[in-house]
Amino acid sequence: MSNSPAVFLFLFFVAGTLGITYWAARRSQGAGAYFAAGRRITAWQNGFAVAGDFMSAASFLGLIGLIALQGMDGILYSVGGFIAFVTILLVMAEPLRNLGKYTMGDVLAYRFRPRPVRALVAFSTLTTATFYMIAQMVGAGALVNLLLADSGISYNMAVAGVGTLMMIYVIFGGMLATTWVQIIKAMLLSICGLVLTVLVLQRFHFRLLPFFEAASQIAYHQKGQVVIRDFLQPGLHYHPPHGPLDLLSLSLMFVLGTAGLPHVLVKFYTVADAKTARHSVVWAMIVIGVFYVFSTILGLGAAIEIGPDSILANGGTNMAGPRLAQVVGGNLFLAFVSAVAFATILAVVAGLMISASTSFAHDFWTNVIHQGKERKPGESVRVARVAAMAIGVLSMLIAIRLGPASNVIILATFGMVVAASANFPVLALSIYWRRFNTAGAVAGLTAGLLASLVFIVTGPNLMGVDAASTTGGRHLIQAQPWFPYENVGIVSVPLGLLAAIVATLLTKEPSAESMFDELTVRANTGLGAEKVSG
Amino acid sequence: MFDEMTGENGLSGPSASATNWTRIATSREFKDLVAIKKTFIVPACAFFLIYYFALAVLVGYLPKFASARVIGTVTVVYLFALSQFVAGWVIAALYLVAAARFDALSDDILARVDERKRSQ
Repeated sequence: MSNSPAVFLFLFFVAGTLGITYWAARRSQGAGAYFAAGRRITAWQNGFAVAGDFMSAASFLGLIGLIALQGMDGILYSVGGFIAFVTILLVMAEPLRNLGKYTMGDVLAYRFRPRPVRALVAFSTLTTATFYMIAQMVGAGALVNLLLADSGISYNMAVAGVGTLMMIYVIFGGMLATTWVQIIKAMLLSICGLVLTVLVLQRFHFRLLPFFEAASQIAYHQKGQVVIRDFLQPGLHYHPPHGPLDLLSLSLMFVLGTAGLPHVLVKFYTVADAKTARHSVVWAMIVIGVFYVFSTILGLGAAIEIGPDSILANGGTNMAGPRLAQVVGGNLFLAFVSAVAFATILAVVAGLMISASTSFAHDFWTNVIHQGKERKPGESVRVARVAAMAIGVLSMLIAIRLGPASNVIILATFGMVVAASANFPVLALSIYWRRFNTAGAVAGLTAGLLASLVFIVTGPNLMGVDAASTTGGRHLIQAQPWFPYENVGIVSVPLGLLAAIVATLLTKEPSAESMFDELTVRANTGLGAEKVSG
Repeated sequence: MFDEMTGENGLSGPSASATNWTRIATSREFKDLVAIKKTFIVPACAFFLIYYFALAVLVGYLPKFASARVIGTVTVVYLFALSQFVAGWVIAALYLVAAARFDALSDDILARVDERKRSQ
């Protein structure tokens, strides 16, 4: 379908965000401003920005599609994504703000020998960001594909276009532009979710019981036969023998992984102090929670109004949300929803890029290669810009290789599992365990990262034998999977954690232990923390 | 106005070098602060983790009970899933209240540190 209002709205969003970038580029000068928005972002602003960073194409496009196909099993993703912020609130946000400057590497480098730790953190940050970025690009490509199919813009061209735009935001605007793009996008996304929910429920005259009744009898084709399923009952996707453990694995990934996502954590450096960081998490929990409760209605609504058969046949799982918008609100609303989804993707990729390139510039370039000295003023910012470009191009290429049919939330969970297995255990241990040392951090990061990557690649998401007739969404490796679980956290998280603990106990590093006094005083009181700047 | 990248830990600030961290860390006030924080954070974490993992256990290991209908076709597990959001918001609200007390205690500690600096 050709949709000229959509094209117009797309262009409008692009112009608007470029305007913000231009404004931010004029305001932000120097590293503190470029990497941390001068630490002047307020609590509600940062709450929306964190929500914006977290609610990516995976939330808006992937989640609704997942619930529309898997019912209750998909809803577990909504719950996990929200609950994860309790971990951030209780154990991560405040110490992180008090201890760091630009990246989570700062927290680790604090007590430990900085070079090996920073090098590994930069690598795991880049890995996480790249997985997330691929997911966003696939989402953007699929969206443009659906809306502009007649206009001659292909999936590949859309991916390339989105990638290029994102690089412009990050390269010119830095953290200030990215944060404001996120805030505006999170508001638009919330409005979209609210209106869409109202429109879905309106079709049931705002009576919930008939709506849930309809959701309890969804008919679709399975292996050539029509089946009727209750989408409020579990078991559509996760069933024995591997289902129950796979679910525990999924839960573990959410609850630890989100608190190790570099692009979420860097947001806490943009506020003035730990108290503001705390309040911004609560704001984010309100925004994300409300949207995710709505997402259950939207996913079930898509199952009712469009049906799993039609979803799979037209545009794939990622397009369930936009198509629901078309059914309940017409073409103009479809245009609006798609434009918001597009803005979401632009904003999230910008956020990812800035966190990844910051980590590369600050952790790897300045601190590992040049041992903490900037040889020329502004060098780190220049390096960050180059890194952003490289990461952008890499993810574009992979997204094009994967094609539009891969569900974006599944792709995003790959990044999250790396964060849960490598980043989170090491961050938490370094803040809360006096005995923890360099060897432990290095072992934990390495084991967590390797375990997640190996099991993801050999698991059923990427390995599998497709029928010769399957055209969209084929497995990357055509062979029987070696690893039985879709969610690898249940193995990779304990491996990362165990490696960190064992390596620590086998070695002694008195300097790391004696620095704990300073770390814990700083973490708990904010003494000597980075101040507002630039 | 523009903070330069500093090496090692990336932290700077005038108070960084002159502070006797161990003295603060072993002071009565600081130990009290950490202990009071623990009495909130540890039980809160235990509660939300158990409550959250109960959902996965319910779905994975007790599918019959999870699928039982409560109101109309609405199932136990859907209501339990929604209750997770409420639980999260309640924990957040309680934490905000508790943390206001932590802030007061840590402000006291910071004031003492300042005082000692000035008297030196």
